[in-house]
Amino acid sequence: MEICGGQTHAIVRHGIDQLLPPQIELVHGPGCPVCVTPLELIDKALDIAARPNVIFTSYGDMLRVPGTGRDLFSVRAAGGDVRVVYSPLDAVKIAQANPDKQVVFFAIGFETTAPANAMSVVQARALGLKNYSVLVSHVCVPPAMHAILGSPHNRVQGFLAAGHVCAVMGYWEYPPIAAQYGVPIVVTGFEPLDVAQGILATVRQLEAGRHEVENAYGRAVTFEGNIPAQRVLEQVFEVRDRQWRGIGLIPASGWGLRAEYAEFDAERRWDVSDIHPQESPLCIAGQILQGLKKPHDCPAFGIQCTPESPLGATMVSSEGACAAYYRYGRHLSSDELRVTSDEFRTAPHSPTLHSSPVTRHSSLP
Amino acid sequence: MTNSTVNLEGPVCPIPLRHDEKIVMGHGSGGRMSHELIGRLFQTPFANPALAAGDDAGVVAVATDRLAVSTDSHVVWPLVFPGGDIGRLAVCGTVNDLAMMGATPRYLTAGFILEEGLDVALLAEVVLSMQAAAAEAGVQIVAGDTKVVQRGKADGLYINTAGVGELPPGRAIGGARAQAGDVVILSGPIGDHGIAVLGARGELGFEADVVSDVAPLNGLVAALLAAGGEAVHVLRDPTRGGVATTLNEIARQSGVAVVLDERAIPVRPPVVAACEMLGFDPLYVANEGKLLAFVAAEAAPAVLAAMRATRYGEEAVVVGRVQAAPAGRVLLRTAIGSTRVVDMLAGEMLPRIC
Repeated sequence: MEICGGQTHAIVRHGIDQLLPPQIELVHGPGCPVCVTPLELIDKALDIAARPNVIFTSYGDMLRVPGTGRDLFSVRAAGGDVRVVYSPLDAVKIAQANPDKQVVFFAIGFETTAPANAMSVVQARALGLKNYSVLVSHVCVPPAMHAILGSPHNRVQGFLAAGHVCAVMGYWEYPPIAAQYGVPIVVTGFEPLDVAQGILATVRQLEAGRHEVENAYGRAVTFEGNIPAQRVLEQVFEVRDRQWRGIGLIPASGWGLRAEYAEFDAERRWDVSDIHPQESPLCIAGQILQGLKKPHDCPAFGIQCTPESPLGATMVSSEGACAAYYRYGRHLSSDELRVTSDEFRTAPHSPTLHSSPVTRHSSLP
Repeated sequence: MTNSTVNLEGPVCPIPLRHDEKIVMGHGSGGRMSHELIGRLFQTPFANPALAAGDDAGVVAVATDRLAVSTDSHVVWPLVFPGGDIGRLAVCGTVNDLAMMGATPRYLTAGFILEEGLDVALLAEVVLSMQAAAAEAGVQIVAGDTKVVQRGKADGLYINTAGVGELPPGRAIGGARAQAGDVVILSGPIGDHGIAVLGARGELGFEADVVSDVAPLNGLVAALLAAGGEAVHVLRDPTRGGVATTLNEIARQSGVAVVLDERAIPVRPPVVAACEMLGFDPLYVANEGKLLAFVAAEAAPAVLAAMRATRYGEEAVVVGRVQAAPAGRVLLRTAIGSTRVVDMLAGEMLPRIC
């Protein structure tokens, strides 16, 4: 299983899975932050964003994710002030520039986005801002791996760990998981060769009957990770139980604001209790996020559910598995993908896979 | 325009202030202020007999019995960006639309919607840039219109241009004419305009060393038509939606499949870097000075050579081929040898989360 939705997109975009022997199946993991953000929280976001005197800021990906009956785009079209920011620190700047408005940032994501989101709260406090708050729904990778591996339906025999998450967190959390469940875990990057390297390392371990943690993304990831980023996380957030959209409650699987920073909690600042989320009965995103089904197993895929009118977040996000399958034509038959022009019928160019160094960590130092 | 500053120190007659620095509502009244603005800013740079006549419509002569007609509105923000501005864009947009039909662009009209408070100096700069682009393209701006709207009702300046071009007898170029076996030629690296404009907005926290490619392509088209003649089946400029969307349109119109070779598609390194950071695919990023040509295979080498001999076609390359099926699809042979679909852009392009 590749954990990260960015890797899923890289795999489908480059057609890496098509080039693998049939014995190797890539199972797409839950690492799409937009996809696992609970519907209830999206409905809260829509509710806050629609209020007067609020500037609602978000990563662009969230704007088209359907809540119950609408999305942030439709809130904006109806007059809400919804703005895309590339960094939460830009949301802090907007709060500084608009002291008469309440600025809310939709702080979602895995360990990758969490440090910047935490930093925005630290900055807002340092600046003495009273008009900045965050709607937090942070989730973490290791608890999701436990949930998947502990499930009676689990099919995953090895993991490509998410390179970007490990760039922040390191991979010191993984050796106990590899040992407990007997699965190889290989820290993997995002370029085609990175992914191929991760697959090769995983398969070699499986063939040899090993289950260790390896780093195949050494140019970006160290064992310890980014220590200053981890310190900011520790300072601002505490571990919480989290609902994962489509999966359910996973204990101690995410972060919320510590009591010391409660004044920046948008859920406290706004009364958003009267929310009644309703999932589409057709959407099977939950099973897809757990690796139990593939997007084209869904009867609604490409018919009722398309990127233009999505039923679930996995069809919208740039990291969602359904969006990747749709965008790159996996709903088409192989006949529809046949290249007949002569000059394209050449064999795949053989990439060199054996030369990159792989660091191995079989246990905690 | 500092020579007309009114001295307000000491007792003065109640002479109305002259509004030389900012656009005010009076500039759109149709009265004296409008005439003064038009005379000062537009008529001199655009000078041509049709405009100078000052009548309700410009009267022009054409040399063919068929005309290509096109119109395009421009709302780009910021108004000035690396490599161009809204004026150059407005002229090139319509010139290129006409050129993509194989027409020789001749006359343009320009409609300006000005927001109250717009800098007159900026407007003057834009007008001069339009004239420079028009001169480069060999077209005349023969009619114009100016309206002013209240502050907040527009974003500084919008420009609409419309144009006509002469179509020689027998010229038949269009999106429905791609044929199996055609070679697809791209005139140069993609994504420069979209990334330059996005970078210039400064909202996404990156600075890219990229300049917009905005340019009139009628010279390039003339050169490739001289070399390829009737072997040139389709010409189109991949503007909004990028190369991916344009090729999908052509594949659907012609009922053919287009197969791209990923390794052949030129993208400059800073554009690749910006796209990776923002989660964009350069195939979907806008261009304003590139074209795609579908050419019968036997004529492709001559057409390619002719394109490379022109200023805006120096980096032209073959990027794909047309095959009969699957009709209406664009396929991409990836760098590692697999095949995938290249779909149209769905909705707005959004920066990804991580």
